[in-house]
Amino acid sequence: MLQIKNLKAGIEDNQILKGINLEVKAGEIHAIMGPNGSGKSTLSAVIAGNEDYEVEGGNINFNGKNLLELDPEERANNGVFLSFQYPVEIPGISVSNFIKTSITEKRKAQGLDPIPTKDLLKMMREKMELLSIKQGYLSRNMNEGFSGGEKKRNEIFQMAMLDPKLAILDETDSGLDIDALRIVANGVNKLRSADNATIIITHYQRLLDYIVPDFVHVLYNGRIVKSGGAELAHELEEKGYDWVTNEEDKKWA
Amino acid sequence: MSEQKKQSEDELLEKVTSTEYKYGFTTDIESDTIPKGLSEDVVRIISAKKNEPEWMLEYRLKAYKSWLEMEEPNWANINYTKPNYQDVIYYSAPKQKPVLDSLDDLDPEMKKTFDKLGISIDEQKKLANVAVDIVMDSVSVATSFKDTLAEKGIIFCSISDAIKDHPELVKKYLGTVVPARDNFFSALNSAVFSDGSFCYIPKGIKCPMELSTYFRINEAGTGQFERTLLIADEGSQVSYLEGCTAPMRDENQLHAAVVELIAMDDADIKYSTVQNWYPGNAEGVGGVFNFVTKRGICHKNAKISWTQVETGSAVTWKYPSCILKGDNSIGEFFSVAVTNNRQQADTGTKMIHLGKNTKSTIIAKGISAGKSDGNYRGLVKISKGAINSRNFSQCDSLLMGDKCGSHTFPYIEVKNNSSKVEHEATTSKIGEDQIFYCNQRGIGTEAAIALIVNGYCKDVLNQLPMEFAVEAQKLLEISLEGSVG
Repeated sequence: MLQIKNLKAGIEDNQILKGINLEVKAGEIHAIMGPNGSGKSTLSAVIAGNEDYEVEGGNINFNGKNLLELDPEERANNGVFLSFQYPVEIPGISVSNFIKTSITEKRKAQGLDPIPTKDLLKMMREKMELLSIKQGYLSRNMNEGFSGGEKKRNEIFQMAMLDPKLAILDETDSGLDIDALRIVANGVNKLRSADNATIIITHYQRLLDYIVPDFVHVLYNGRIVKSGGAELAHELEEKGYDWVTNEEDKKWA
Repeated sequence: MSEQKKQSEDELLEKVTSTEYKYGFTTDIESDTIPKGLSEDVVRIISAKKNEPEWMLEYRLKAYKSWLEMEEPNWANINYTKPNYQDVIYYSAPKQKPVLDSLDDLDPEMKKTFDKLGISIDEQKKLANVAVDIVMDSVSVATSFKDTLAEKGIIFCSISDAIKDHPELVKKYLGTVVPARDNFFSALNSAVFSDGSFCYIPKGIKCPMELSTYFRINEAGTGQFERTLLIADEGSQVSYLEGCTAPMRDENQLHAAVVELIAMDDADIKYSTVQNWYPGNAEGVGGVFNFVTKRGICHKNAKISWTQVETGSAVTWKYPSCILKGDNSIGEFFSVAVTNNRQQADTGTKMIHLGKNTKSTIIAKGISAGKSDGNYRGLVKISKGAINSRNFSQCDSLLMGDKCGSHTFPYIEVKNNSSKVEHEATTSKIGEDQIFYCNQRGIGTEAAIALIVNGYCKDVLNQLPMEFAVEAQKLLEISLEGSVG
């Protein structure tokens, strides 16, 4: 589904990603872990097409398409979803209105007519139940006055509504208390299928107790320096990132 | 189609087409007869053409004399070449647009805009003046509309008709809220106004429908110097819509309208405007100058609510105001003013608190794009006797790009110490992060801007009647198209 080859990217003259290689197949869950500043969020931003970052080399293939040639909205409409680390407020626009616009645009890109409001509302109610979201939420303005946990849950709610092929969860666990974490993880697990894939970007291992990844990668200094199975996350939790990073630093010294 | 139905349709068609013809014919003759420029004679000719009574002519002449002594105001933050008032034609009969055979003959740009606005084919035909079928439709709609109003004793007609048919009402109220000598443009309007609307809602009557100039027979084309007088008698209620979201082209560059509202005790007037006059080309050439005086007076417990969505005109100078004369009266002003390219707007409101416990709310949202300039100018005046009065003002500006400007000029005068005035103001830009967030959800940049702008204007758009709000939303979208590169 996703092949990233020798991806190099940064902001202005500062190269952050220094040659990322990653392959994600349908049905898989990958976790990307690493210390702060290793380039985790940059990777998610570059995949989603944030123009603040400049791609200096390499390529990203997504289901046969060169992702780097597509606008962010085209990537989204091709099935790439990013759950933001810091979801943005859009004052005056209700959650339901926003999601309706989003789904309408996606369907438009696929040559489909807008979904009837009745069906859309039914779908929203189902997904709200899945994520234990309370009544009244749909008419609140997008992320305006939301708590950290509500914002993250709103991201996963949109993911559930948009049904992406590839979901990237950027630090979704930060700002969540343990109950919210469980609900969100539960939702992600339920949305998992043989046709979609998930990349979980996280600093801590905690979320991976609830969503068990097929692969774990350690990102450090703009490169994936270690890959393994779910057990790697536990090892990291025990030994700390130093275990990997010291070795890496020696190699480049 | 049944034979009978076919026949009656043919009859109606015949009637409509022949009426059209007559209408066009007279217009041609009349528009040729008035020379350029303004003089006492021209005022007399206008009055005579309209067969006005002597008192009306006197009113106009007095206004003309005042105008001669006045100077064009230049305190507003707008820059334009002052019109040569002797180079303007002050009277032409309601303009007849050329009749088109089908929508295919319509200017493709106009057609595109109509489509984007989502205006139905039938309505498009009416707006573009395509012959026959839709006219029939509007005749029947308008007729049932008139019947319903007449049943309730509501008078809704052109101001020319009102001068003839209801002189006692016009005489009593015309110029009482906006006196002719109020300002340069109101004096000009009072001297030469060509036509406009008149509306009277009797005591205790709740007007059963939105009143819209759109439905007023024979007066679809608004004039250069429009005059509106709306009286809501004690305990009555009315919602009035003015303007049209469809782009209005007009070769008359100078527009100076006057609107007067009178809300008697316990009456409630809601006045909504969508203004979309031609703004000129990207360099601002050829756009309409719109100098409008709108004011309402509230008697005891009365309420006047102004809502405006201003997207058109090259220059806008407009301050819909409320005089809160009666105790416990309420004034509201909700405004969205969009400027793009070279447009300039100086707009806002005046809330004059005279009665006790009077309340006013001002929500003004400015959006500036391109190389335009948007200004909010507002006065909140609380007189000594207006004890326990309250005002809340919120003036927000949204800037798009780095070549536009936005300014806020709030004036606040409070003459007693039991009243409370609050003023909030913000200036913001559409964030790159907001746009990227929308992009990531599949929403393209243009649509994202439209969405964000709609959210920003929500408090104002919510005040508009439902159908109008939907159109206004689309209008905002179109006005800002291509404004972020």
